[in-house]
Amino acid sequence: MPISFKVNGKEHTLDVEEDMPLLWALRDELGLTGTKFGCGIAACGACTVQVDGTAMRSCSVPVSYADGSEITTIEGLADPDADTGGLSPLQQAWIERQVPQCGYCQSGMLMAVDALLKENPQPTDEEVGAAITNICRCGSYPRVLAAIRDVTRA
Amino acid sequence: MAFDLKKPTRRQMLVGGGLAGGALLVGVSMSGPSRRERENAIAAEGGEKFVTTWLKISPDNVTTVYVPHSDMGQGPITALAMMAADEMDADWNLVRAEQAPAEPEFANESLGLFITKGQTAPDMLAGAAETLWYNVAKFMSMQITGGSMAVRYTGQHGMRIAGAAAKEMLVKAAAARWNCAASDCEVRDSVVYLKGKNRSATFGELAVEAAEYSPSATPTFKTPDQYRIVGRPTKRFDVPGKVDGSGTYGIDARPEGMLYAALRQSPVFGGKLKRYDASEILKRRGVKKVVELPVGVAVIADNFWRAKQAAAALDIEFDTGGNDAISSASIFEGHEKALQGDSTEDVEKGDAEGALKNAAKVVEAAYRVPYLAHATMEPMNCTVWVHDGKAEVWVGTQDPLGTRARVADMTGVDYDNVKVHPLLLGGGFGRRIPYRSGFSEFPSEIDYASLIAKEVDAPVKLVYTREDDMQHDAYRIAVANTMKAGLDEDGNPVAWLNRYVYKDEPAEAPHIPYAVENQSIRYVDNPTPVPRGPWRSVAHTQHTFFNESFMDELAHEAGKDPYEFRMALLKDKPRHRAVLQLAAEKAGLGKPLPEGRVHGIAVQQSFSTIVAEVLEVSLDEDNRPRVHKVTCAVDCGRVINPDTAEAQVQSAVIYGLTAALYGQITIEGGAVTQGNFPDYRMVTLAETPVIETHFIDSGEALGGLGEPGTPPVAPALANAVFKLTGKRIRELPMSIHDLSPASGKFAQAAD
Ligand code: FES
Ligand code: FES
Repeated sequence: MPISFKVNGKEHTLDVEEDMPLLWALRDELGLTGTKFGCGIAACGACTVQVDGTAMRSCSVPVSYADGSEITTIEGLADPDADTGGLSPLQQAWIERQVPQCGYCQSGMLMAVDALLKENPQPTDEEVGAAITNICRCGSYPRVLAAIRDVTRA
Repeated sequence: MAFDLKKPTRRQMLVGGGLAGGALLVGVSMSGPSRRERENAIAAEGGEKFVTTWLKISPDNVTTVYVPHSDMGQGPITALAMMAADEMDADWNLVRAEQAPAEPEFANESLGLFITKGQTAPDMLAGAAETLWYNVAKFMSMQITGGSMAVRYTGQHGMRIAGAAAKEMLVKAAAARWNCAASDCEVRDSVVYLKGKNRSATFGELAVEAAEYSPSATPTFKTPDQYRIVGRPTKRFDVPGKVDGSGTYGIDARPEGMLYAALRQSPVFGGKLKRYDASEILKRRGVKKVVELPVGVAVIADNFWRAKQAAAALDIEFDTGGNDAISSASIFEGHEKALQGDSTEDVEKGDAEGALKNAAKVVEAAYRVPYLAHATMEPMNCTVWVHDGKAEVWVGTQDPLGTRARVADMTGVDYDNVKVHPLLLGGGFGRRIPYRSGFSEFPSEIDYASLIAKEVDAPVKLVYTREDDMQHDAYRIAVANTMKAGLDEDGNPVAWLNRYVYKDEPAEAPHIPYAVENQSIRYVDNPTPVPRGPWRSVAHTQHTFFNESFMDELAHEAGKDPYEFRMALLKDKPRHRAVLQLAAEKAGLGKPLPEGRVHGIAVQQSFSTIVAEVLEVSLDEDNRPRVHKVTCAVDCGRVINPDTAEAQVQSAVIYGLTAALYGQITIEGGAVTQGNFPDYRMVTLAETPVIETHFIDSGEALGGLGEPGTPPVAPALANAVFKLTGKRIRELPMSIHDLSPASGKFAQAAD
């Protein structure tokens, strides 16, 4: 059965198994490789995307769940209207603070933080710690926190 | 056993000659045309000329620096470009940097010179040279990133020379143009000026003429007070692509027509494929074929998920080769036995046994650390396409040229016909080196990807699941030691005896900086089939835990403050004293702390950088250690990019903290028990302490920064836990210990 959804505003229809995780549909079927594979069991957050605005770990979301929904991936996080060269203020803060090291976790990190800030625009450090459980093996956490503070306490 | 090369190749013979003659210049002997001509052919396009080894100046006055190191996020590409650009007085806005292509001409010649001059190779390369292949890689493939050596070796001995020599050539070209002396010219921001006259020419305008001159091997360097780029916080070139999803990692490779491979390999190390029946899975949607490997079967499909699901469902049996009797317990038993037996000298100074006999007090302890996986965020992967007598490789690797050599060996394709496309690495930490040590016959993902590619008529991307990655790593080795020390009446250590398992790299890791007159440091070995490899800071991880914890024990037994005790024994080590003192001052050591918190300290020199750390620790309501703050003092000689330097220390501390608190890979039935992050826990944002980093600009030889922050974390934590609980932690990780007051003596022992 074909499954249809919008990714970053663009309509896609896929004829794939219903239980294929959204992650692999995005990466291998649509070629959107910005969303990363880290663990496959919802334990690391590298694959975080937003489904209808909610952060979800796409490795553990069957593609059929996303049928009819609007998905945002890291490739769609930029805001073309922003006066920061197309990047969202969050991405800009990430560059200012030089957050990424290897960078592999950062797509998921940014998608998770972006979703958190939509829900809670001024989280305390504790609220950030409770909500952002993404693993960063490079230990970029101090700068993740600093960049979040920059955008929320400006 | 380890890997054998099948037939002598051209590379090997060159290396043999180099070894015998002792004068092989890496990469140069191979090429007919001169090194510079070859480079021009490889990387220069119309109108562009290389003026020295690693620099390219284009007509638009952009200077591109080719860096023969992988950037795993520790920023060497930017830092090395800064060093070259500063020496040449380039305008930083006109500087670009790229990872060098995987061609020998771009190999790390400064490392090569170390070898040709009869000096010893950097730690990382000198290590584990037990296979012929590794010797080949060692001498021919100098693009390895590890041992925190990018800035120390390539930067110091390569980039600065390249930059300074380039500047001299550009000035010569300008002087010839204007018919004046070189001393009449001055350089600012990528422009050469004729002093006092209204004449100038950009680097870009002068590049073609400058290329006519030979680069000087001994150009004049700037003095540190003249630096305008080095030492300033500088934004990295690679960051923008890492916030918008455009950065392409190895796992993101998508050559036209690519298929995907998932493995089903023997979980037992050294195990072999016995039988399998693929008839069922070959009926599945998207599954194209299966490829037999010595250790298992690869399933090839048109989507990774399909390949992985089919591999998991495959009817397969393995022959464990008897290795299923091996466990962590049996390995440590073997270690204990080996420690009782004959040992080999590492350090013998004075008469340690004699001094121990006459000591007023003898202190003994035995320490252990478990295996550790690297758990890079990006699981291992490698894409290979064998076609028309050629092989192409897409991979994120710490060693592009070593990878090239390895793929050539594995596919049988001639080295010259192997092309490596180096992509971003989602973490390295020592894992992404195409070399394994252990008993497995085909031990790495690069090998498997190559063998698979030979059997498939398309590019194939092999991806490890997290479970594959964690269970088939090249681990930080599990080791043990026994320590004895003698104290005199005044509590001064007079004897230090250490017997440890496995002489790993760097060679100096087990040594102590403390003034103890009589020392006997010796090692034994107890080989196991578990693959081992370098893990962030290599042998320093275990030895710093052993030595710095035991120093704390001695201070306690001597009735002295651990900080004062160390300072007294470091009387001949001013740099160690300075970092320890700075860390203590900044942390407020000895000053009152909030209720329930204590300080633990440790210091270690590794990769020419000295780091002291003070951890502020308490126990939470579940009696688990909670680290609130880590104060680091670092002497790495000089800081090139303060912004990445701070990030590197933070990163190394968090990596060390994860290992100290939770890190443990255990072997049962010859296989790894842990499979994914829930079993191999990671520190997350909520647990991250405040990390303060203070640098000392000592002007000494440059040290590394990617690793030296890691070793002191575990002993400083254990020393703090002792203060909190009276419990001496002699085995990691912390999570295996019950620290509740009911578990034993509490608190009073620590005062
Ligand atoms: S890959 Fe989805 S949470 Fe780790
Ligand atoms: S930046 Fe490397 S895993 Fe987060």
